[in-house]
Amino acid sequence: MEIDDPRPIQEPAHLAVPPPESGLRPASLEQSDLPLTDPSVLSAPTMVRVERLNLFYGEKQALFDIDLKVARNSVMSFIGPSGCGKSTLLRCFNRMNDLIDNVRIQGRALLGNTDLYAPETDVIALRKRAGMVFQKSNPFPKSIFETVAYGLRIQGEGNRAVLEEAVERSLMGAGLWEEVKDRLKDSAQGLSGGQQQRLCIARALAVRPEVILMDEPCSALDPIATARVEELILELKRDFTIVIVTHNMQQAARVSDHTAFFWMGKLIETGLTEKMFTNPGQRMTEDYITGRFG
Amino acid sequence: MSRLAERFRQGGVFVWFSGTLLAFCLAMILSLVGFIVAKGMGYFWPRPLVLVHGPEGPLLGEITGHEPARGEETEKTQFHVGNRDIYGQDFRWVPSAGLGTPEFPKDALLIERLEYGPFMGRIISLSHEGIQVATGPAAMSGALDHLAETNRIRRHIQSVEKGQVGDLNRRIERLRLARRKLETGNDAVGLQALDAKAAELQSSYDQFQTSLEQSRAEAKAWTLNLQTADGQIKELPLGSVVRIVPANAMGFPGKLGVYLSRLWEFVADDPRESNTEGGIFPAIFGTVMMVLVMSVLVVPLGVITALYLREYARQGWLVRAVRVAVNNLAGVPSIVFGVFGLGFFVYGVGGGIDKLFFADSLPTPTYGTGGILWASLTLALLTVPVVVVATEEALGAVARSQREASLAMGATKWQTLWNVVLPSATPGILTGLILAIARGAGEVAPLMLTGVVKLAPSMPMDGTFPFLHLDRKFMHLGFHIYDVGFQSPNSEAAKPMVFMTAFLLLLVVVVLNLFALNLRRKLRSRLGGSTF
Repeated sequence: MEIDDPRPIQEPAHLAVPPPESGLRPASLEQSDLPLTDPSVLSAPTMVRVERLNLFYGEKQALFDIDLKVARNSVMSFIGPSGCGKSTLLRCFNRMNDLIDNVRIQGRALLGNTDLYAPETDVIALRKRAGMVFQKSNPFPKSIFETVAYGLRIQGEGNRAVLEEAVERSLMGAGLWEEVKDRLKDSAQGLSGGQQQRLCIARALAVRPEVILMDEPCSALDPIATARVEELILELKRDFTIVIVTHNMQQAARVSDHTAFFWMGKLIETGLTEKMFTNPGQRMTEDYITGRFG
Repeated sequence: MSRLAERFRQGGVFVWFSGTLLAFCLAMILSLVGFIVAKGMGYFWPRPLVLVHGPEGPLLGEITGHEPARGEETEKTQFHVGNRDIYGQDFRWVPSAGLGTPEFPKDALLIERLEYGPFMGRIISLSHEGIQVATGPAAMSGALDHLAETNRIRRHIQSVEKGQVGDLNRRIERLRLARRKLETGNDAVGLQALDAKAAELQSSYDQFQTSLEQSRAEAKAWTLNLQTADGQIKELPLGSVVRIVPANAMGFPGKLGVYLSRLWEFVADDPRESNTEGGIFPAIFGTVMMVLVMSVLVVPLGVITALYLREYARQGWLVRAVRVAVNNLAGVPSIVFGVFGLGFFVYGVGGGIDKLFFADSLPTPTYGTGGILWASLTLALLTVPVVVVATEEALGAVARSQREASLAMGATKWQTLWNVVLPSATPGILTGLILAIARGAGEVAPLMLTGVVKLAPSMPMDGTFPFLHLDRKFMHLGFHIYDVGFQSPNSEAAKPMVFMTAFLLLLVVVVLNLFALNLRRKLRSRLGGSTF
């Protein structure tokens, strides 16, 4: 990674008062103990909150002192160059990092009011509250119906009517119902790439999670399928909180309310997407967004 | 020269080299199968009966071999002359010189009998209860007419002996055991009831025997008067004739009929004459059954082992050592497994079961002797490394993203394994099973110690409760080949049988493999784009 600008990163640490045309409420700024966070984030009820989070892979530190809030019923996108820690942070929200040996975490992360890393936290119950959509679509080696019903099945739901209702609701929610309603018994892996990704979204919706974590959901899709998923994200925002990791600046600009920019394991800047893309507070953010590095 | 160098650089030479080697391997396999098929399948075709006048008198038989002159030895021809009861041997080598012109008499017959192998000669007359009823060609057609009837009676006798009489015998044996128990308890009333029952059974047994005697007499009523080529007379009851083949008088359709009927007898009938004649159905059945029982045992054993090794065990030197040990198990000579099976399963486990559950019938062992269960278990142990290795590979090949998807849904590790990983790995597990079948079906050495016999009195599965008799001994095609080819008193006559049995063994292995392959194909298409 190369940086044209030799200025130290931390220097102008505070983001100044937002410009009035963005229609924000500067009043909330006083309450903020998170200097880089946009005030509008703080005014809405918080869904995910991270405080002074440090994460280590063995000796190597991957995340440094992250402080972040994600507002309920909003879309937040994580952007940044490869290896900057954005996926790692996303995977802290449903503790998928537990699957990797030698991971050590300091600081606090909260989903609603639950402390994610408290010793008494039930990881299994936690993951039911945070649905996840992966970079590569990964439907199960089962039928379309069973793929969507999976989350309920493993919770012990055996009632056919309940399952059918949930599958239909989820597939409708993911905008896939009309395409697959006549072949629910067919293999899920026979669908096209875009359909598979929307099926994975439906699978996540079926258990009615509070937050949906998307890890580069469109990076393997063609432009048309990508557009469909983006439309879907905007619709889902009404009922869910969404955090999306993306490499696509236009996508972040199109779908998200808030954007967080990461670099080398540090959260450089977060704020309203509109403002981040038009008038970023940090020189680095601007350089990255305009494509000068990354 | 530079063109050759260029070819080397492009790799064209190596493509040719590997292609040639592949063709060589294919040629070897094809010639193996072709040789066995050619040697075996020709056996059932009726060959012409040749009459020659040799130095020791006339000789009638099939020409089966030829040896060119070598040094002082003159050129010789081998005849299959049959008539073991008269000549003492089935085959005869005679000098080819001075045999004269071979004749093919139309009235020459090959008669397949229940005992002493085939008779070769001609029919003089046919008698019924000692009274001559027909001579010459009329006797021949009369014999053919009545042969169907006597064969039917013989089959009836066999089925009654095996079915009802066998059943009665088992019930009488059970009564005997119950009686022994009561005798030690001094229960006079119970003993009386048992005696009454035993008498009842005995009387119905006697009834069966009388009716069987009648049938036997009926089958013996018709007799053939036969004459060999050198003029000896032989009387043969029609009841002990299996088939009359006037080979020289037959056209192609007739010969084809004989061929098919012999082939069917071979595949579907019980063996006769210490396995050198008749069919090998019990051996086919035993082989298939043993492989199926082995599959049922080896799959859970191997899959659970691999699951633990791959998914749960802490990867370290201990797991590595276990893995190496499991892999080395595949290299242990199979006879060693046989010895283990005999010592541990048969005497140890089987003996223990007998002491606990079948103490009544001791000292006659029930499970404490070789049986299909112990043979299958031993083979399962022999083939488990193959399944473990294949399953581990298959588990490793399941995409990490699928496990993550399931775990992210809130599934536990076990739920993920059971619902997502194992179904994805099933085709790979079946690959392991296919290899295990291929290895297990052809194994003979360990079976000889753990349950295979030359001739099993009853099948490991039949109509009597509880239908599946895993304690019984069984017959196996591989052992049959060894037994017929090398342990038989008349191995020359049994030679084609060896090839035919080998061919059938190949066929059984192929069919079992096809079955598993088909299962894998179906699973794969159901799983969609699985790649292994």
